[in-house]
Amino acid sequence: MLATQAMLEQGIHVEGINFYTGFCVEGHTHAIRKKDKAKPKRNNALWVAEQLGIKLHIIDVIDEYKDVVINPKHGYGSNMNPCLDCKCFMVRKAHEWIKEHNFDFIITGEVVGQRPMSQRRDTMPVIQRESGAEDRLLRPLCAKILPATLPEREGWVDREKLFDFNGRGRKPQIALAEKMGISDFAQPAGGCCFLTDAAYSGKLADLWSARGERRYELDDIMLLKVGRHLRPRPHFKIIVGREEGENRFLEGYRKQFTHLYTISHPGPLVLLDGEANNDDLQLAAQLTARFSQGKMAETVRVELHEKGAAKRELDVAPLTNEEIPVEWYL
Amino acid sequence: MSHHQLDARRMLCPMPVIRTQNFVAKLPAGDTVDVLCTDPGALHDIPAWCRIHGHEIIGTQEQDGELMISVRVGINAD
Ligand code: SF4
Repeated sequence: MLATQAMLEQGIHVEGINFYTGFCVEGHTHAIRKKDKAKPKRNNALWVAEQLGIKLHIIDVIDEYKDVVINPKHGYGSNMNPCLDCKCFMVRKAHEWIKEHNFDFIITGEVVGQRPMSQRRDTMPVIQRESGAEDRLLRPLCAKILPATLPEREGWVDREKLFDFNGRGRKPQIALAEKMGISDFAQPAGGCCFLTDAAYSGKLADLWSARGERRYELDDIMLLKVGRHLRPRPHFKIIVGREEGENRFLEGYRKQFTHLYTISHPGPLVLLDGEANNDDLQLAAQLTARFSQGKMAETVRVELHEKGAAKRELDVAPLTNEEIPVEWYL
Repeated sequence: MSHHQLDARRMLCPMPVIRTQNFVAKLPAGDTVDVLCTDPGALHDIPAWCRIHGHEIIGTQEQDGELMISVRVGINAD
Protein backbone atom coordinates (compact mmCIF):
# COMPACT_ATOMS: atom_id res chain seq x y z
CA MET A 1 0.00 0.00 0.00
CA LEU A 2 2.77 2.44 0.98
CA ALA A 3 4.98 1.39 -1.90
CA THR A 4 2.12 2.02 -4.34
CA GLN A 5 1.27 5.37 -2.82
CA ALA A 6 4.94 6.38 -3.11
CA MET A 7 4.80 5.58 -6.84
CA LEU A 8 1.49 7.38 -7.32
CA GLU A 9 3.00 10.45 -5.66
CA GLN A 10 5.71 10.36 -8.30
CA GLY A 11 3.03 10.47 -10.98
CA ILE A 12 3.49 6.84 -12.03
CA HIS A 13 0.55 4.79 -13.30
CA VAL A 14 0.20 1.71 -11.10
CA GLU A 15 -2.17 -1.25 -11.33
CA GLY A 16 -2.35 -3.97 -8.73
CA ILE A 17 -2.07 -7.70 -9.21
CA ASN A 18 -3.35 -10.10 -6.61
CA PHE A 19 -2.62 -13.79 -6.98
CA TYR A 20 -5.13 -16.25 -5.66
CA THR A 21 -3.39 -19.47 -4.64
CA GLY A 22 -6.27 -21.13 -2.79
CA PHE A 23 -4.46 -20.70 0.53
CA CYS A 24 -5.12 -16.99 0.91
CA VAL A 25 -6.62 -15.88 4.19
CA GLU A 26 -9.39 -13.81 2.70
CA GLY A 27 -13.00 -13.79 3.71
CA HIS A 28 -13.56 -17.52 3.11
CA THR A 29 -13.71 -18.91 6.53
CA HIS A 30 -15.63 -15.87 7.64
CA ALA A 31 -18.07 -16.41 4.86
CA ILE A 32 -18.48 -20.03 5.84
CA ARG A 33 -18.81 -19.71 9.58
CA LYS A 34 -22.05 -18.26 10.66
CA LYS A 35 -20.74 -16.83 13.89
CA ASP A 36 -18.37 -14.68 11.88
CA LYS A 37 -21.20 -13.23 9.80
CA ALA A 38 -20.93 -9.89 11.53
CA LYS A 39 -17.26 -9.49 10.64
CA PRO A 40 -16.50 -7.50 7.52
CA LYS A 41 -15.96 -9.85 4.62
CA ARG A 42 -14.12 -7.43 2.46
CA ASN A 43 -11.37 -8.59 0.20
CA ASN A 44 -8.33 -6.80 1.48
CA ALA A 45 -6.63 -6.39 -1.89
CA LEU A 46 -9.76 -4.88 -3.45
CA TRP A 47 -10.17 -2.60 -0.49
CA VAL A 48 -6.59 -1.37 -0.70
CA ALA A 49 -6.89 -0.81 -4.45
CA GLU A 50 -10.01 1.23 -3.94
CA GLN A 51 -8.37 3.35 -1.25
CA LEU A 52 -5.46 4.03 -3.57
CA GLY A 53 -7.66 4.58 -6.61
CA ILE A 54 -5.92 1.96 -8.74
CA LYS A 55 -7.19 -0.98 -10.76
CA LEU A 56 -6.69 -4.45 -9.35
CA HIS A 57 -6.42 -7.66 -11.32
CA ILE A 58 -7.05 -10.86 -9.41
CA ILE A 59 -5.38 -13.82 -11.02
CA ASP A 60 -6.18 -17.44 -10.36
CA VAL A 61 -2.88 -19.31 -10.00
CA ILE A 62 -4.32 -22.28 -8.09
CA ASP A 63 -2.97 -24.95 -10.43
CA GLU A 64 0.42 -23.48 -11.14
CA TYR A 65 0.96 -22.76 -7.47
CA LYS A 66 0.77 -26.44 -6.55
CA ASP A 67 4.32 -27.02 -7.64
CA VAL A 68 5.48 -24.20 -5.37
CA VAL A 69 3.86 -25.80 -2.33
CA ILE A 70 4.75 -29.36 -3.22
CA ASN A 71 8.36 -28.90 -4.33
CA PRO A 72 9.80 -25.70 -2.93
CA LYS A 73 13.39 -25.40 -4.04
CA HIS A 74 14.22 -23.23 -1.06
CA GLY A 75 12.24 -25.27 1.45
CA TYR A 76 9.59 -24.25 3.93
CA GLY A 77 9.44 -21.65 6.68
CA SER A 78 8.34 -22.57 10.17
CA ASN A 79 5.23 -24.31 8.81
CA MET A 80 4.33 -25.38 5.28
CA ASN A 81 4.96 -21.89 3.95
CA PRO A 82 7.36 -21.88 1.01
CA CYS A 83 7.73 -18.09 1.23
CA LEU A 84 10.85 -17.61 -0.85
CA ASP A 85 9.69 -19.85 -3.70
CA CYS A 86 6.29 -18.22 -3.44
CA LYS A 87 7.74 -14.72 -3.85
CA CYS A 88 9.84 -15.83 -6.83
CA PHE A 89 6.77 -17.40 -8.38
CA MET A 90 4.57 -14.34 -7.87
CA VAL A 91 7.15 -11.91 -9.17
CA ARG A 92 7.68 -14.18 -12.17
CA LYS A 93 3.93 -14.18 -12.87
CA ALA A 94 3.83 -10.41 -12.42
CA HIS A 95 6.73 -10.08 -14.83
CA GLU A 96 4.87 -12.14 -17.43
CA TRP A 97 1.82 -9.95 -16.86
CA ILE A 98 3.65 -6.65 -17.30
CA LYS A 99 5.21 -7.86 -20.54
CA GLU A 100 1.81 -8.84 -21.85
CA HIS A 101 0.20 -5.58 -20.82
CA ASN A 102 3.02 -3.20 -21.72
CA PHE A 103 3.98 -2.05 -18.27
CA ASP A 104 7.59 -1.12 -17.52
CA PHE A 105 8.39 -2.48 -14.10
CA ILE A 106 7.12 -4.21 -10.97
CA ILE A 107 7.00 -2.89 -7.43
CA THR A 108 6.49 -4.81 -4.20
CA GLY A 109 6.14 -3.64 -0.62
CA GLU A 110 9.06 -5.76 0.58
CA VAL A 111 11.40 -4.43 3.21
CA VAL A 112 14.88 -5.86 3.78
CA GLY A 113 14.98 -7.88 6.98
CA GLN A 114 11.25 -7.80 7.61
CA ARG A 115 10.63 -11.51 7.26
CA PRO A 116 13.08 -14.18 8.31
CA MET A 117 12.86 -16.22 5.13
CA SER A 118 11.83 -14.26 2.13
CA GLN A 119 12.84 -10.71 2.94
CA ARG A 120 16.48 -10.99 3.91
CA ARG A 121 19.18 -8.97 2.27
CA ASP A 122 20.60 -12.10 0.64
CA THR A 123 17.23 -13.34 -0.64
CA MET A 124 16.28 -10.06 -2.33
CA PRO A 125 18.55 -10.74 -5.34
CA VAL A 126 17.35 -14.37 -5.42
CA ILE A 127 13.81 -13.17 -6.10
CA GLN A 128 15.03 -10.81 -8.81
CA ARG A 129 17.04 -13.52 -10.47
CA GLU A 130 14.74 -16.51 -10.18
CA SER A 131 11.64 -14.60 -11.17
CA GLY A 132 13.36 -13.35 -14.30
CA ALA A 133 12.29 -9.79 -13.45
CA GLU A 134 15.92 -8.85 -12.70
CA ASP A 135 16.24 -5.10 -12.36
CA ARG A 136 12.68 -4.40 -13.39
CA LEU A 137 11.75 -5.23 -9.83
CA LEU A 138 11.74 -2.19 -7.57
CA ARG A 139 11.11 -2.21 -3.82
CA PRO A 140 10.31 1.43 -3.13
CA LEU A 141 10.34 1.02 0.67
CA CYS A 142 13.96 -0.13 0.85
CA ALA A 143 15.28 0.87 -2.58
CA LYS A 144 17.88 3.21 -1.14
CA ILE A 145 19.76 0.41 0.54
CA LEU A 146 19.65 -1.82 -2.55
CA PRO A 147 21.46 -1.37 -5.86
CA ALA A 148 19.68 0.98 -8.27
CA THR A 149 17.21 -0.76 -10.55
CA LEU A 150 16.34 0.02 -14.16
CA PRO A 151 13.48 2.43 -13.36
CA GLU A 152 15.81 4.37 -11.08
CA ARG A 153 18.69 4.44 -13.54
CA GLU A 154 16.43 5.48 -16.39
CA GLY A 155 14.98 8.26 -14.27
CA TRP A 156 11.40 6.90 -14.50
CA VAL A 157 11.45 6.97 -10.74
CA ASP A 158 13.26 9.46 -8.52
CA ARG A 159 15.45 7.31 -6.28
CA GLU A 160 15.91 10.18 -3.87
CA LYS A 161 12.25 10.07 -3.01
CA LEU A 162 12.32 6.38 -2.18
CA PHE A 163 13.01 4.87 1.25
CA ASP A 164 15.63 3.01 3.23
CA PHE A 165 13.48 0.96 5.62
CA ASN A 166 15.02 -2.13 7.02
CA GLY A 167 14.43 -4.63 9.79
CA ARG A 168 11.33 -5.86 11.53
CA GLY A 169 10.33 -2.62 13.20
CA ARG A 170 7.28 -1.05 11.63
CA LYS A 171 7.58 2.44 13.10
CA PRO A 172 8.92 4.09 9.94
CA GLN A 173 6.12 2.51 7.92
CA ILE A 174 3.51 3.72 10.34
CA ALA A 175 5.01 7.22 10.30
CA LEU A 176 5.03 7.20 6.50
CA ALA A 177 1.42 6.01 6.39
CA GLU A 178 0.47 8.93 8.61
CA LYS A 179 2.32 11.36 6.42
CA MET A 180 0.54 9.96 3.37
CA GLY A 181 -2.80 10.31 5.11
CA ILE A 182 -3.41 6.57 5.22
CA SER A 183 -5.13 5.88 8.51
CA ASP A 184 -6.39 2.33 8.11
CA PHE A 185 -3.10 0.79 7.21
CA ALA A 186 -4.16 -2.81 6.76
CA GLN A 187 -0.95 -4.75 6.62
CA PRO A 188 -0.98 -8.23 8.06
CA ALA A 189 1.74 -8.71 10.64
CA GLY A 190 1.89 -12.48 10.13
CA GLY A 191 1.68 -14.41 6.92
CA CYS A 192 -0.76 -13.74 4.16
CA CYS A 193 -1.86 -17.33 3.80
CA PHE A 194 -2.96 -20.45 5.62
CA LEU A 195 0.37 -22.12 4.98
CA THR A 196 1.90 -20.12 7.82
CA ASP A 197 -0.70 -21.55 10.21
CA ALA A 198 0.57 -24.48 12.27
CA ALA A 199 -2.80 -26.26 12.58
CA TYR A 200 -3.53 -25.90 8.89
CA SER A 201 -0.05 -27.08 7.91
CA GLY A 202 -0.49 -30.12 10.16
CA LYS A 203 -3.70 -31.03 8.33
CA LEU A 204 -2.02 -30.64 4.97
CA ALA A 205 0.89 -32.85 6.06
CA ASP A 206 -1.63 -35.42 7.29
CA LEU A 207 -3.44 -35.38 3.96
CA TRP A 208 -0.23 -36.07 2.09
CA SER A 209 0.94 -38.82 4.39
CA ALA A 210 -2.47 -40.52 4.29
CA ARG A 211 -2.52 -40.45 0.51
CA GLY A 212 1.07 -41.52 0.24
CA GLU A 213 1.78 -38.69 -2.18
CA ARG A 214 2.18 -34.95 -2.10
CA ARG A 215 -0.72 -33.80 -4.17
CA TYR A 216 -3.86 -31.71 -3.63
CA GLU A 217 -6.89 -30.35 -5.39
CA LEU A 218 -8.59 -27.06 -4.63
CA ASP A 219 -11.41 -28.88 -2.84
CA ASP A 220 -8.90 -30.58 -0.53
CA ILE A 221 -7.33 -27.37 0.61
CA MET A 222 -10.69 -25.66 0.96
CA LEU A 223 -11.95 -28.47 3.16
CA LEU A 224 -8.87 -28.19 5.37
CA LYS A 225 -10.14 -24.74 6.35
CA VAL A 226 -13.52 -26.02 7.44
CA GLY A 227 -14.81 -28.14 10.30
CA ARG A 228 -13.21 -30.43 12.79
CA HIS A 229 -10.91 -33.04 11.22
CA LEU A 230 -10.39 -36.40 12.90
CA ARG A 231 -8.40 -39.32 11.58
CA PRO A 232 -9.46 -42.45 13.51
CA ARG A 233 -7.72 -44.81 11.07
CA PRO A 234 -4.83 -44.24 8.67
CA HIS A 235 -7.06 -44.89 5.66
CA PHE A 236 -9.88 -42.48 6.43
CA LYS A 237 -10.68 -39.23 8.16
CA ILE A 238 -13.89 -37.42 8.92
CA ILE A 239 -14.74 -33.76 8.64
CA VAL A 240 -17.40 -32.60 11.08
CA GLY A 241 -19.26 -29.34 10.51
CA ARG A 242 -19.02 -27.18 13.63
CA GLU A 243 -22.04 -25.03 13.01
CA GLU A 244 -24.75 -24.25 10.51
CA GLY A 245 -22.59 -22.26 8.12
CA GLU A 246 -19.99 -25.02 7.91
CA ASN A 247 -22.66 -27.68 7.52
CA ARG A 248 -24.12 -25.77 4.63
CA PHE A 249 -20.71 -25.47 3.05
CA LEU A 250 -20.02 -29.18 3.51
CA GLU A 251 -23.39 -30.00 1.94
CA GLY A 252 -21.92 -28.89 -1.36
CA TYR A 253 -19.58 -31.89 -1.17
CA ARG A 254 -22.20 -34.56 -0.48
CA LYS A 255 -22.02 -36.03 -3.97
CA GLN A 256 -18.25 -36.47 -3.81
CA PHE A 257 -18.01 -38.00 -0.35
CA THR A 258 -19.53 -40.70 1.78
CA HIS A 259 -21.42 -38.65 4.36
CA LEU A 260 -23.40 -39.10 7.52
CA TYR A 261 -25.78 -37.15 9.73
CA THR A 262 -27.98 -37.93 12.69
CA ILE A 263 -31.72 -38.19 12.18
CA SER A 264 -32.94 -38.90 15.69
CA HIS A 265 -31.23 -35.76 17.03
CA PRO A 266 -30.03 -32.50 15.52
CA GLY A 267 -26.39 -32.76 14.58
CA PRO A 268 -23.66 -31.92 12.11
CA LEU A 269 -23.01 -33.11 8.60
CA VAL A 270 -19.97 -35.38 8.50
CA LEU A 271 -17.93 -36.11 5.39
CA LEU A 272 -15.77 -39.20 5.22
CA ASP A 273 -12.58 -38.92 3.18
CA GLY A 274 -10.81 -42.17 2.32
CA GLU A 275 -11.76 -45.81 2.09
CA ALA A 276 -13.95 -47.23 4.82
CA ASN A 277 -15.07 -50.80 5.46
CA ASN A 278 -18.14 -51.70 7.51
CA ASP A 279 -16.36 -51.37 10.86
CA ASP A 280 -15.02 -47.99 9.83
CA LEU A 281 -18.48 -46.85 8.80
CA GLN A 282 -19.82 -47.97 12.16
CA LEU A 283 -17.09 -45.99 13.89
CA ALA A 284 -17.78 -42.94 11.73
CA ALA A 285 -21.47 -43.21 12.67
CA GLN A 286 -20.58 -43.35 16.37
CA LEU A 287 -18.43 -40.28 15.97
CA THR A 288 -21.21 -38.52 14.10
CA ALA A 289 -23.50 -39.33 17.03
CA ARG A 290 -20.89 -38.00 19.47
CA PHE A 291 -20.89 -34.60 17.79
CA SER A 292 -24.70 -34.41 17.69
CA GLN A 293 -27.09 -33.27 20.36
CA GLY A 294 -27.69 -36.92 21.10
CA LYS A 295 -24.19 -37.42 22.47
CA MET A 296 -25.62 -38.36 25.89
CA ALA A 297 -28.32 -40.65 24.48
CA GLU A 298 -28.02 -44.40 24.56
CA THR A 299 -28.55 -44.80 20.86
CA VAL A 300 -28.66 -42.35 18.04
CA ARG A 301 -29.98 -43.02 14.57
CA VAL A 302 -27.57 -42.03 11.84
CA GLU A 303 -28.25 -41.87 8.13
CA LEU A 304 -25.32 -43.08 6.08
CA HIS A 305 -24.89 -42.20 2.43
CA GLU A 306 -22.08 -44.29 1.15
CA LYS A 307 -20.60 -43.10 -2.11
CA GLY A 308 -22.11 -45.17 -4.89
CA ALA A 309 -24.50 -47.10 -2.60
CA ALA A 310 -28.05 -46.75 -1.34
CA LYS A 311 -28.55 -44.85 1.90
CA ARG A 312 -28.77 -46.82 5.14
CA GLU A 313 -29.80 -46.10 8.67
CA LEU A 314 -27.65 -47.20 11.60
CA ASP A 315 -28.54 -47.18 15.29
CA VAL A 316 -25.35 -46.56 17.21
CA ALA A 317 -24.08 -45.67 20.68
CA PRO A 318 -22.28 -42.33 20.59
CA LEU A 319 -18.61 -42.54 21.48
CA THR A 320 -17.70 -40.87 24.72
CA ASN A 321 -14.95 -38.29 25.00
CA GLU A 322 -12.72 -40.86 26.67
CA GLU A 323 -13.13 -43.16 23.71
CA ILE A 324 -11.76 -40.56 21.32
CA PRO A 325 -7.96 -40.40 21.60
CA VAL A 326 -6.61 -36.87 21.25
CA GLU A 327 -4.33 -38.07 18.45
CA TRP A 328 -7.41 -38.50 16.27
CA TYR A 329 -7.90 -34.74 16.21
CA LEU A 330 -5.91 -33.14 13.41
CA MET B 1 -26.36 -5.24 -26.29
CA SER B 2 -26.72 -8.64 -24.79
CA HIS B 3 -27.62 -10.04 -21.47
CA HIS B 4 -25.62 -12.86 -19.92
CA GLN B 5 -25.67 -15.09 -16.91
CA LEU B 6 -22.66 -16.32 -14.98
CA ASP B 7 -22.87 -19.14 -12.50
CA ALA B 8 -20.45 -18.72 -9.58
CA ARG B 9 -22.52 -20.65 -7.05
CA ARG B 10 -20.68 -22.66 -4.39
CA MET B 11 -17.50 -20.76 -5.14
CA LEU B 12 -15.79 -18.92 -2.38
CA CYS B 13 -14.45 -15.42 -2.71
CA PRO B 14 -12.43 -14.33 -4.52
CA MET B 15 -13.40 -16.94 -7.16
CA PRO B 16 -16.72 -15.22 -8.02
CA VAL B 17 -14.82 -11.96 -8.55
CA ILE B 18 -12.21 -13.68 -10.72
CA ARG B 19 -14.94 -15.31 -12.79
CA THR B 20 -16.75 -12.00 -13.17
CA GLN B 21 -13.51 -10.22 -14.11
CA ASN B 22 -12.59 -12.78 -16.76
CA PHE B 23 -16.12 -12.92 -18.16
CA VAL B 24 -16.62 -9.16 -18.30
CA ALA B 25 -13.25 -8.71 -20.01
CA LYS B 26 -14.71 -10.33 -23.14
CA LEU B 27 -17.84 -8.16 -23.27
CA PRO B 28 -18.54 -4.83 -24.95
CA ALA B 29 -19.71 -1.83 -22.93
CA GLY B 30 -23.41 -1.82 -22.22
CA ASP B 31 -23.82 -5.58 -21.96
CA THR B 32 -25.29 -6.83 -18.71
CA VAL B 33 -24.40 -9.88 -16.65
CA ASP B 34 -26.31 -11.52 -13.81
CA VAL B 35 -23.76 -13.19 -11.55
CA LEU B 36 -25.25 -15.97 -9.44
CA CYS B 37 -23.35 -16.79 -6.28
CA THR B 38 -23.69 -18.18 -2.79
CA ASP B 39 -20.73 -16.67 -0.93
CA PRO B 40 -22.06 -13.58 0.86
CA GLY B 41 -18.58 -12.06 0.50
CA ALA B 42 -19.40 -11.54 -3.19
CA LEU B 43 -21.98 -8.92 -2.21
CA HIS B 44 -19.09 -6.83 -1.05
CA ASP B 45 -16.34 -7.85 -3.43
CA ILE B 46 -18.10 -7.74 -6.80
CA PRO B 47 -19.38 -4.18 -6.28
CA ALA B 48 -15.90 -3.12 -5.05
CA TRP B 49 -14.34 -4.67 -8.13
CA CYS B 50 -16.92 -2.91 -10.34
CA ARG B 51 -16.24 0.49 -8.76
CA ILE B 52 -12.51 0.08 -9.35
CA HIS B 53 -12.93 -0.91 -12.99
CA GLY B 54 -15.75 1.42 -13.97
CA HIS B 55 -18.60 -1.06 -14.25
CA GLU B 56 -22.00 -0.49 -12.76
CA ILE B 57 -24.04 -2.56 -10.35
CA ILE B 58 -27.62 -2.39 -11.49
CA GLY B 59 -29.14 -4.56 -8.81
CA THR B 60 -28.71 -7.28 -6.25
CA GLN B 61 -31.22 -9.86 -5.13
CA GLU B 62 -31.10 -12.51 -2.48
CA GLN B 63 -33.28 -15.58 -2.41
CA ASP B 64 -32.90 -18.78 -0.38
CA GLY B 65 -29.23 -18.15 0.28
CA GLU B 66 -28.55 -17.48 -3.39
CA LEU B 67 -27.45 -14.09 -4.59
CA MET B 68 -27.81 -12.45 -7.95
CA ILE B 69 -25.62 -9.46 -8.65
CA SER B 70 -26.37 -7.63 -11.88
CA VAL B 71 -23.55 -5.77 -13.57
CA ARG B 72 -23.59 -3.40 -16.53
CA VAL B 73 -20.25 -3.46 -18.33
CA GLY B 74 -18.56 -0.05 -18.46
CA ILE B 75 -16.65 1.55 -21.31
CA ASN B 76 -13.23 1.03 -19.87
CA ALA B 77 -13.55 -2.70 -19.65
CA ASP B 78 -10.19 -4.40 -19.83
S1 SF4 C 1 2.93 -16.30 3.67
FE1 SF4 C 1 2.90 -15.07 1.81
S2 SF4 C 1 4.93 -15.36 0.89
FE2 SF4 C 1 4.64 -16.99 2.41
S3 SF4 C 1 3.83 -18.72 1.27
FE3 SF4 C 1 2.07 -17.59 2.05
S4 SF4 C 1 1.50 -16.15 0.40
FE4 SF4 C 1 3.56 -16.90 -0.02
